[in-house]
Amino acid sequence: MTQATGSGALGSGQVEVAGVTKRFGETVAVKELSLTIPHGSYCCLLGPSGCGKTTILRMIAGHENPTTGDIRIGGRSVVGLPQVERGTAMMFQSYALFPHRSVLDNVAFALKVRGIGLPARHNTARELLTKVQLEKFANRLPAELSGGQQQRVALARALITNPRVLLLDEPLSALDEYLRLRMRGELRRVQKELGITFVHVTHTQLEAIAVADTVVVMAQGRIEQAASARDIFVAPRNAYVARFVGGQNVLSGTVESMMNGTAAVASDKGARFAFPVGDLRLVRGSKLYGSIRRDRIAVEKVLPGAKPAGGLNTIVGEVHTLENQGSYVKVTVDLDNGEEFVAHVPDEAFFRSPLDIGDKVEARWSASDIKLLDDGPIAFDAAAAEARAASAD
Amino acid sequence: MYAADGSRPWTFYAFAAFFALFVAFLYGPMVVIYVLSFQGPSGGMTFPLNGVSLHWFDALISQSRVGDIAGSFQRSIGLAVIVAVVTVLASVLAGLAFRRPFRGSAFAFYLAIASLIMPGLFVGLGIALTFRLLGLPTSWWASGLGAQLTWTLPFGLLIMFAVLGRFNRSYEEAAIDLGATNWQKLKEVTIPMLLPGIIGVALFGFTLSYDEIARTALAAGAKNTLPLEIWAMTTNVTSPTLYAVGAVTTIVSFVVIVVALTSIGAIQRRRSRSKT
Repeated sequence: MTQATGSGALGSGQVEVAGVTKRFGETVAVKELSLTIPHGSYCCLLGPSGCGKTTILRMIAGHENPTTGDIRIGGRSVVGLPQVERGTAMMFQSYALFPHRSVLDNVAFALKVRGIGLPARHNTARELLTKVQLEKFANRLPAELSGGQQQRVALARALITNPRVLLLDEPLSALDEYLRLRMRGELRRVQKELGITFVHVTHTQLEAIAVADTVVVMAQGRIEQAASARDIFVAPRNAYVARFVGGQNVLSGTVESMMNGTAAVASDKGARFAFPVGDLRLVRGSKLYGSIRRDRIAVEKVLPGAKPAGGLNTIVGEVHTLENQGSYVKVTVDLDNGEEFVAHVPDEAFFRSPLDIGDKVEARWSASDIKLLDDGPIAFDAAAAEARAASAD
Repeated sequence: MYAADGSRPWTFYAFAAFFALFVAFLYGPMVVIYVLSFQGPSGGMTFPLNGVSLHWFDALISQSRVGDIAGSFQRSIGLAVIVAVVTVLASVLAGLAFRRPFRGSAFAFYLAIASLIMPGLFVGLGIALTFRLLGLPTSWWASGLGAQLTWTLPFGLLIMFAVLGRFNRSYEEAAIDLGATNWQKLKEVTIPMLLPGIIGVALFGFTLSYDEIARTALAAGAKNTLPLEIWAMTTNVTSPTLYAVGAVTTIVSFVVIVVALTSIGAIQRRRSRSKT
């Protein structure tokens, strides 16, 4: 890409959000949030609507200012700086392409407002359109393009200033399923190619996990967990993250006894689980949360009249729904207490002895697959354990 | 909507009859006036037509005994253009300003809108009296203009509220994000995108002014606008010239509306050309 303007591109695209709080009147959108996004990484802010993820994006872009706290890009505070001096560019939800300008003029807009002459800015814009394979559509109006093409125009328009940070607000939400899957791979490829920082806001769990280096799960203006996409999926920090990201079942119960780094836990309904707890010391009766991956669960039919085998790490219920997902079947088991328990059974295993809705089943898993969640009293104990570990080093 | 056997419900016929009556009331008398404006030179103000001619249009232009039609027409067009320009400027700027609530914005809004429910004749009377009190002469371009603006500004503002209500702010944020200054944002993005609505406001201001009587009547001063001139003519002109005036003024209104609507239509078609 040619260096089109004097601004942008220079310096590191490390984004630091330092103790930022944002209030809108009475409501607090973001609470004392701190986050560092390394230069050249792909970060997804993931959370339900209203969790503050878009507000953070807009504060990095400069469309909002933090009420307190600081935002630094490449080590320099950008609070109050105009957009042009931040080296950021934003791709808006539904793209905000100017409907009265051609595709070429949309892409060239940033150069036009910088006073660059028509031939020069059109040349640069054409180069970018070629990169996104839309050079044939240069003279069309945005309304004449499909959703996927519009998205690529928006990408080209944002990249023309050579930003060091690209901010993407729900970039795939306006696309249909097929394009969404294709474009998210495309975004990841572009990010790798340019080597700049991408901050991508989404409420779709699989989208975040598919594209991001780092996933930041948010709720109510706070970070619940910031970790690699893999860790977010296989090692959620707490019940909220486990439930929101999906792919996990959350188990809970009270500690009955402790032995060899394993806690025997009884659920409200009398099921008994073994939780690996390491060297945590827990008091009898304290509440414990754990997660178990949906694809680490075996489901067996309990024949009518027969008694379930029972034992540790089993749960009994009725098959509520069955969804064939191709390579696996999603089995939802209704537990007595109305909670749902989901198992992903590999297709081969499932069709060897198929289940039907309404069947009584027993689900079982191995204790080592349970991950302890950081909820309830554990939060304190975990902090203590960390302190112990640190002092032991 | 059709009943199961394909017949229409009685409400269809009731409403069709009402609509027919409406059309007859609206266009019937107008057609009579247009036809009679082509009355022969020796014809009178009623049917039958005594030959067909352009005699009365000619009489209109030569303005001998029918009053100052040409002068009042020029004044009315001039006034309508000024009103349209001022209305567009004021209501676009006010509409943009009202997007961000400020202290007293609700009060300012109601204060502006309230003039819509004031009786027009008294607004005009009040303006004329105030001018006299201040020792200023009333004229179509000062007191008359002010009287008309009390009518067109609130309308223009309401239209802009509707237009801006559908305008997504992210276009402006995108412009700023791409490095536009506030002025460039306004010039390159906001105004062009709002243009169909702005033309609508201009059209509204123009036509409201062009046939306004109630507020203008007492505030226009010595020289009449076209509607006032016609009003005066209905009481003292007894020839088909009156009809010729009606025909000409209708054509002018019609041309203005067609030009405005075609340009709005062209802009919108351009923006939503079907995908190919």
